Amino acid sequence: MEIFWYIAIGIVLTVFFILDGYDFGAGIIHLFFAKEEKDKEVITKSAGLFWDSNEVWLVAAGGMLFMAFPTFYASVFSGFYLPLIIVLWLIIFRAIGLEFRGQFKYQMWKDIWDKSFGVSSLLLALFFGIALGNIVRGVNLGSVENGVSAHEGHYFFLPLWDSSFSPLTDHPGVIDWFTIIIGLIAVVTLAIHGANWIILKTNSSINNKLKGVIFKLNIALGILTIFSLIVWQNVNPNSLDNFIHKPYLMLFPIIYLTGLIGLFFIKKIKKDSHAFVLSTLIIVGGITSSLASLFPVILPSINDKHEHLTIYNTAAPEYGLSVALIWGIIGFALIVVYFIVQKRLMAGKIDHMDYGH
Amino acid sequence: MEDMIFYDRLQFAFTITFHYIFPQLTMGLSLMIVYFKWKFLRTQIEKYNNAAKFFMKIFAINFTMGVVTGIPMEFQFGTNWAKFSELTGGIIGQTLAMEGMFSFFLESSFLALFIFGEKLMGQKLHFLTGFLVFLGSWASGWFILATNAWMQNPVGHEILENGKFVLDNFSELFTNPWLLPAFLHNQMASVVTSAFVMASIGAFYILRDKHSEYGRLFLKTGVVFGLISSVLVAFPTGDWNAKNVAKYQPGTFAAMEGIFETEDAGAEIVLIGQPNMVDKKLDNKIAVPNILSFLTYQEWDKQILGMDQFEEDELPDNIPALYYSYHIMVGLGTIFIGVMALALFFLWRKKLYTIKPLLWTIMFLVPFPYIANITGWYTAELGRQPYLVYGLLRTSDGISPTVSSGNTLFTLLGFVALYMLLGLLFLVLVGKTINQGPTPQKH
Repeated sequence: MEIFWYIAIGIVLTVFFILDGYDFGAGIIHLFFAKEEKDKEVITKSAGLFWDSNEVWLVAAGGMLFMAFPTFYASVFSGFYLPLIIVLWLIIFRAIGLEFRGQFKYQMWKDIWDKSFGVSSLLLALFFGIALGNIVRGVNLGSVENGVSAHEGHYFFLPLWDSSFSPLTDHPGVIDWFTIIIGLIAVVTLAIHGANWIILKTNSSINNKLKGVIFKLNIALGILTIFSLIVWQNVNPNSLDNFIHKPYLMLFPIIYLTGLIGLFFIKKIKKDSHAFVLSTLIIVGGITSSLASLFPVILPSINDKHEHLTIYNTAAPEYGLSVALIWGIIGFALIVVYFIVQKRLMAGKIDHMDYGH
Repeated sequence: MEDMIFYDRLQFAFTITFHYIFPQLTMGLSLMIVYFKWKFLRTQIEKYNNAAKFFMKIFAINFTMGVVTGIPMEFQFGTNWAKFSELTGGIIGQTLAMEGMFSFFLESSFLALFIFGEKLMGQKLHFLTGFLVFLGSWASGWFILATNAWMQNPVGHEILENGKFVLDNFSELFTNPWLLPAFLHNQMASVVTSAFVMASIGAFYILRDKHSEYGRLFLKTGVVFGLISSVLVAFPTGDWNAKNVAKYQPGTFAAMEGIFETEDAGAEIVLIGQPNMVDKKLDNKIAVPNILSFLTYQEWDKQILGMDQFEEDELPDNIPALYYSYHIMVGLGTIFIGVMALALFFLWRKKLYTIKPLLWTIMFLVPFPYIANITGWYTAELGRQPYLVYGLLRTSDGISPTVSSGNTLFTLLGFVALYMLLGLLFLVLVGKTINQGPTPQKH
């Protein structure tokens, strides 16, 4: 039952990063590459129509985590207190940027909300990557100092950074050089994904230029990926064990590489949706590979005193998980129906959609 | 430690108060939009469709604000109330996860279609999407109330040796006797808010002599919905809730009614008075004898326990705030019934649109249903103190053990600043929408 909910939450989170990922990415592209008002407008619209139904996946993942792994939820949310609250603020800035930009026709008003949307999209992508980096690296569970725990073994508190900025100290902060690398990977990945989305959904004048941008970003992503793989082993020495013992897990890194390599041919790809699928593969492969390297651990402990948090020692009891399975299946079936209805009715380019049309 | 509890509570209180400005309107308004859309389908009079679309714009702004201020609520269970989440997540995680699954997906999927899809889908499907948005928003209320009902009156669980609450009967979460009265009361109160907002906009248009055709429609609809919902909030749903408090939280009942001493020959109902916590009595009290006993038990001389019958650490920790919240809610609710009954009387006599003092009154009443809704929630939440889970888990035992008060104060200040900005933007945008009016715009 724990494994079922672990996979279910993993899927919901991955869907969140695929869906909201493209509107984060659209924000990043918008910030750096959209110069003309017409492009800015259509890009914000391509994100604005969908962000709230995309963000529901985050809320759903949060709710499911709370229900199935309450100890993990409590530990991680309080331990990463500051970055989480900052993420909430950024989500607010991004949303109001998208929703309020069109409310007045003044250029100044639009500029403010464009920046609000773009900068918070960029920072959110960075923070989500940093969050993944923290999960991979692990934390000082129990806040152990000189062999003495300050809290129960499943609680911790991380400052935003430690003065050394190193992942290898006894009490690293949220931001260190390793998590920054993962953060940059997230930014570049989502920028590629967002550019693909813009090409797919709009007739924006920068679409052609964006293909070149994707190619360059893809080179950067390749370099960052190789670099991160080299240091990954230092940060989490056990990260390869799962892949060695269960070779079929190699499927996940292969998914990642398929997307990465495929996108080098972006200029030859005829159908826009194929390119979008490739960047989706990068996201899916990246998240699943990281989770698979840890399984069944979901938050490693970097001291010897307290054990890792796993899906087994943080889960709610059997009865609750089984009941939730029943309503979860019903709920999920409904979501699939809504999703199909929505996508069928809102298919195609969205340039001409407006209130009441 | 005291500091930590104080700031955690203050931050939750501040963020939930601000958040609840928005859902109370969207829940009630979705019902009224569906009503207009239904009217249009039946009569084919364009006016009703325009009315639906106008309120949809106000709805959309509110919805955005509700979403962005709502996400922090779910996260704060974990960030600031980690121990509470750890101990009870197996139970309230169920209802909160169900809210995401069954209500947010429904609401958000069909809202975009409702806003952008009228021409795409045709009128019947458009009505249907509106109805689904209404269903989603009320389902959200249902699951939140189910969560809160469990905290007020915990059922369907057992407690393990390590203090964890474990679900052992899922269906009891939804047959909790606290849930249905609280849900109906809350939903009716949200209709009161939306009805007053609609009536107020209507009165504004009539007084300003602009969009007056819509002004009359809004005022009429607002008054009819307003009177029905104001009555239903008080009776039977409010009455039902008060009886539940008396039954399941007798100490809270004494505190909110301001009963310091048990009176054996029946308890009086307090209309006005200030709790004096030093001398344990009400100052400047105006009260009517025996009414409270009658309202609660339908017996004039039934004994009601006063606060003197309870240990101090079992009673709510801020009795004056609880007492005032409750009395403000009840007082305002009574005024709402009076004003709306008067307005309906003049509507029936076909004079409402010309009686200026009444129109001004209705226009300026608009903040008060918000205050009544929020003080109603304060009554429930202050009344549950000093517990998170009534009788079982104290508030002081639920906070995050590792988050220091300095960090919470930092984020609280951030939320205050950000929400002030949001509030300002909200007022500007709603003001602009109201000023533009419901007449269809030319493209």
